[in-house]
Amino acid sequence: MTKFEIPGNVAVSDSGFLFMPTTGETFTMNEMGIFIFKMLQQKYTRNEIFEKALDEFDIDKTTFEKDFEDFIAQLKNYSLIKIS
Amino acid sequence: MNIAVTSLNATDNPGPGIPVIRSIKEAEDFKGNIIGLIYDSLEPGIYMKDMAKKCYVIPYPSSGLTHLYDRLAFIHEKEKLDLIIPCLDSELYGFVKLQDKLASIGIKTYLPTIEQLNIRAKDKLFDFCEENGIKAPKNFMLTSLRDIYSIPKEFEYPLVVKGIFYDAYIVNNFEEALSAFNKIKTRWGFPVIVQEYLKGDEFNVVALGDGTGETIGAVAMRKLYITEKGKGWAGTTIDDNILMELSHKVIEKLKWKSGMELEYIKSLKTGEYYLLEINPRFPAWVYLAPSAGQNLPFALVKLAMGEKVEPFTNYNIGTIFVRSSWDLITDMSKFEKIATMGEI
Repeated sequence: MTKFEIPGNVAVSDSGFLFMPTTGETFTMNEMGIFIFKMLQQKYTRNEIFEKALDEFDIDKTTFEKDFEDFIAQLKNYSLIKIS
Repeated sequence: MNIAVTSLNATDNPGPGIPVIRSIKEAEDFKGNIIGLIYDSLEPGIYMKDMAKKCYVIPYPSSGLTHLYDRLAFIHEKEKLDLIIPCLDSELYGFVKLQDKLASIGIKTYLPTIEQLNIRAKDKLFDFCEENGIKAPKNFMLTSLRDIYSIPKEFEYPLVVKGIFYDAYIVNNFEEALSAFNKIKTRWGFPVIVQEYLKGDEFNVVALGDGTGETIGAVAMRKLYITEKGKGWAGTTIDDNILMELSHKVIEKLKWKSGMELEYIKSLKTGEYYLLEINPRFPAWVYLAPSAGQNLPFALVKLAMGEKVEPFTNYNIGTIFVRSSWDLITDMSKFEKIATMGEI
């Protein structure tokens, strides 16, 4: 099963502003990004995130799956997640 | 206590004088006056309120050290200076050579040695790094026009062509390299340095060494906004243990005495830090250090006065500086005074 790990030193505010203390980089996330990111921080699995997101947002599974994969790819690109 | 500080040129290529003065004046324990030592009657720091109590024009060290010493002795007679903090690279050799003479009339300094200045010079830094297991971009020295035709094949374009003191150009082919070489040689003389170009992000560390190898303090910064001249116009403090350990190692190996700035690039290819430059004085962004919890300029003052200073152990992460340009309005009579009398 795919495991997601968010570096422990990443600080994210409730408004979705993310600061990487090691590099000084900053990012902003939309509402769904914040939702997914916080669940990743709390070590929810992919299936659990899907379940909760489909409950919370008015979105179909196919669209969410695409958005989720895009989001994870972006986090990986910025070294904001480790995938094992 | 009367402290003289140079480099009040707070322009679009700012000197460290004003941020050094701000840092010292904001220290709770500081009681005294700041005297500005200037080279030009339009240095903006002269016209800033609450910075220097008085300003004096001084001659460039290149115009002769006797000339510079005589002027400093004259200022000392009037102002009773306790300490001089030179803040420009180009004046440091002169002040190091004058330090004993200045000490004999009661003016303290806190400077690196000539040997330390030489080791960190752009044409020697690579050797120092190699000897101490610190990564640095490869260098090739050009000491004549002929040398540009014999750049070793391991140096692949793009390359960086740099002057011994200032200026650097990224060049993509031989024609661009030749053009950069000619500009730099005309302005700064030889050697002209050809350096491996590393793609990556730049990181800077401001630090203070006490001359024994101990780091009194160090604050790491990532530039958030860079001007066309390559100057950081905004930046944030960051927390990176590898960067700090590397900086401590440089200070330990050099036994650096005084303020300094270490410039690194984190290679996109390898993720490793390469030491690009060591600037032998505080940088223009040094005011970020006291703002984040390490008043390094005032710690230098205390060290210079012979006080014991406990090393700083941490600082606030995510403290940001944003530089601004601000029109200072003054009167022609002030400009006239400094331009004709050499003091204000």
